[in-house]
Amino acid sequence: MSKDGSIVAGILAPHPPHLVYAENPAQNEPRSECGWETLRWAYQRMRSDLEQRDFDVLVVLSPHWQTYIGNHFLGVPHFKSLSVDPVFPNLFRFHYDMKVDVELAEGIRDEAQAAGLVTRMMRNPDFRVDYGTIVSCHMTRPDWDLPIVSISSCRSNAYYSVEVMQEQALELGRATRVAIEKSGRRAVLLASNSLSHRHFTDEPELPEDMAHEHIYHHGQYLWDMRMIEMMRTGRTREMIDLMPEFINQSVSEADSGALTWMMGAMDLPAYPGEVYGYGTVIGTGNAVVGWYPDRVTS
Amino acid sequence: MSAGAIKGLIVPGLPHPLLAADKNEGWMRIRKAFEAAREEVLACDPDLLLIYSTLWPSVVGHQIQAHPEPEWTHVDELFHDLGSIPYKFRMDPEFAEGYCQAARKRRLHARTVAYHGFPIDTGSVVALKLLNPDNAVPACIVSSNVYSDRAETVVLGKAAADTMRRQNKRVVAIVVTSLSNRLFTEFIEPSEDRIHSLKDDEWNRKVLEFLGDGRLEDAAQLSREIHKQVRVKKVVNFKPFWWLAAVMGQHNDYQGKVYDYAPIYGAGAAVVSLTPSPGGVGDKEFDEENVEVYGGERNVLDHAGPQDASPPEAALVQEAPATDSTDPAGVVHAPAAPKPVGAYPHARKVGELLFVSGVGPRNPADDSIPGGPVRKGDKALQDYDIEAQTRAVIDNLKAVLKAAGSSLDRVVDVTVFLIDMDRDFHGFNRVYGEHFKDVGATRTTLAIRALPTPIAVEFKVIAAVGD
Repeated sequence: MSKDGSIVAGILAPHPPHLVYAENPAQNEPRSECGWETLRWAYQRMRSDLEQRDFDVLVVLSPHWQTYIGNHFLGVPHFKSLSVDPVFPNLFRFHYDMKVDVELAEGIRDEAQAAGLVTRMMRNPDFRVDYGTIVSCHMTRPDWDLPIVSISSCRSNAYYSVEVMQEQALELGRATRVAIEKSGRRAVLLASNSLSHRHFTDEPELPEDMAHEHIYHHGQYLWDMRMIEMMRTGRTREMIDLMPEFINQSVSEADSGALTWMMGAMDLPAYPGEVYGYGTVIGTGNAVVGWYPDRVTS
Repeated sequence: MSAGAIKGLIVPGLPHPLLAADKNEGWMRIRKAFEAAREEVLACDPDLLLIYSTLWPSVVGHQIQAHPEPEWTHVDELFHDLGSIPYKFRMDPEFAEGYCQAARKRRLHARTVAYHGFPIDTGSVVALKLLNPDNAVPACIVSSNVYSDRAETVVLGKAAADTMRRQNKRVVAIVVTSLSNRLFTEFIEPSEDRIHSLKDDEWNRKVLEFLGDGRLEDAAQLSREIHKQVRVKKVVNFKPFWWLAAVMGQHNDYQGKVYDYAPIYGAGAAVVSLTPSPGGVGDKEFDEENVEVYGGERNVLDHAGPQDASPPEAALVQEAPATDSTDPAGVVHAPAAPKPVGAYPHARKVGELLFVSGVGPRNPADDSIPGGPVRKGDKALQDYDIEAQTRAVIDNLKAVLKAAGSSLDRVVDVTVFLIDMDRDFHGFNRVYGEHFKDVGATRTTLAIRALPTPIAVEFKVIAAVGD
């Protein structure tokens, strides 16, 4: 098979449902009057950069499709249903209608399986797509005019260690890259995770009351900035090396493997990532960051 | 039987007994155990099934399902290949709302959820499909907060018990949890299923031995060790036994029945029932604070900080100090009044004022309670006569005032504590009026959750004394 497929971009695309809530898209039932603008504007700038490029599929790994036996892939071509966030149902009740690139999903699954990873296709048409996948995809491509590939988060960190999780996620990333290249697709990858991930355990009466929004504690902010500094200076290999300590210290949602998977797929970029913005959502640290291989080749 | 938790159940939450029981002998045994437990539940004719599911994580406090008829077709995110589970459940929104209010009263962050399409977790779906297939009994489900530890979980359980009493409901409390929860990390054939390790199996059997002996509080106090030994660390601790003990009563007086125990994909699955029984093991080694209200994630103990809301007389029961004297420091002991239940005098004089400790209705002769106790031991509320209790309080108050050289007509301020304002205020107020109508004392009346002894009313009084 010809190797003309490519990864067009890799985006750290966190999925707090608050962002969709604050955008007030027609698909979401609750309405807001404002909120989390720094992150939403970051997404907007990222979308502007993506619009300069041709791509035909979003490939997302979401921490909120949690599988304890391997990585799973959506394997049904079309999903249409209602997603209600189990944690913030007051903010996110989203009517989704999405296409799935099953062929590419199967291609990644085949490569991952050949590499010795545990995998499974999800073929049940009644399955409800997780809200992390939906939020990251919506904030990246609100028109929903492209198919997606959705990959579950294998919770090997919980069972073993961050090191084991990273070993598997890097291999899954490599398999993803190979499959994309073989498929001929031009893909945008989405790592759907926050950075530090300690939540407040209460919330204001008005969810979008920004007077209550700040980082959970200073230590988490320091860790987030340390990781972002490595992203923006092209030191992603060092970032991966620091990941065990980062996850341990900041309860980071990178424990899902999403960011590590994307770095693996992009062969640990040694060029700067574009940091579009950083903001907190109910105490967690979130950054929108993009890596564009064409910036290196050009 | 009166209101409260009349039975407890521990059931697993993985979908195999519901969707694939015929593929593995152990999964079938667990399904049959569910069915046997269902018979036991229906035989006691409960008003409600209350589920605490470890498979429903929440982040912001706790959530309580309040949709009257949630309906969906559920698919498990991991075992989606086993098939879909269509459901339509009958819930109890009134209980859910009451539970939410009771939790908030105990300073927990809580909210109800009543949205179409809200994703009810696999464990709750499996439990309700197998235990209550015809929706014969309405249900309520509460989430398990990922950050909560013992204090928050115990208080959450006590809030459930408050609600049962307040709404006069007889409830079967159900926790959905595996014992050991280490699944295989590769797909297996059903015939290959076994407990993931011998160590997990040994721990599971030890826990089941405790539960089979009805030692719920002992099992609850093993929670941290269970978490350390046989749980994959997804959350801060293993919590379901803390919740169940707080709902049912933190002791070991239960009749336990282990219906069955089997592996499900490596995890330990068991169906266990616990029934309150006066003939249980009884003793316990209660070595942690029995938390009444939640002090926040960084202030978890009852008595830490300015938010302390301990009820009056909230000291441990201990021997009363020597009586029959008014010492030079103004401390008053009144032999004709009931003995204090802690290290405090009946009253204390300061200048021209007499500060009287909380006075209840106990009979000073034998500690019996005129009008009847509100409950016996940790059991549910029972009927009582608030007017008789109020008269007894006033009689005891008179005895203390007399011992201090004061009297009822010299009372200047009264604070009244009632455990059930809605039920008792009018009866109490009628008796109060008979005695205080012409006294002219100021008064404040408060509703509180409980008093240290099984009484419904207590007075805190300041009176004039001396010339």
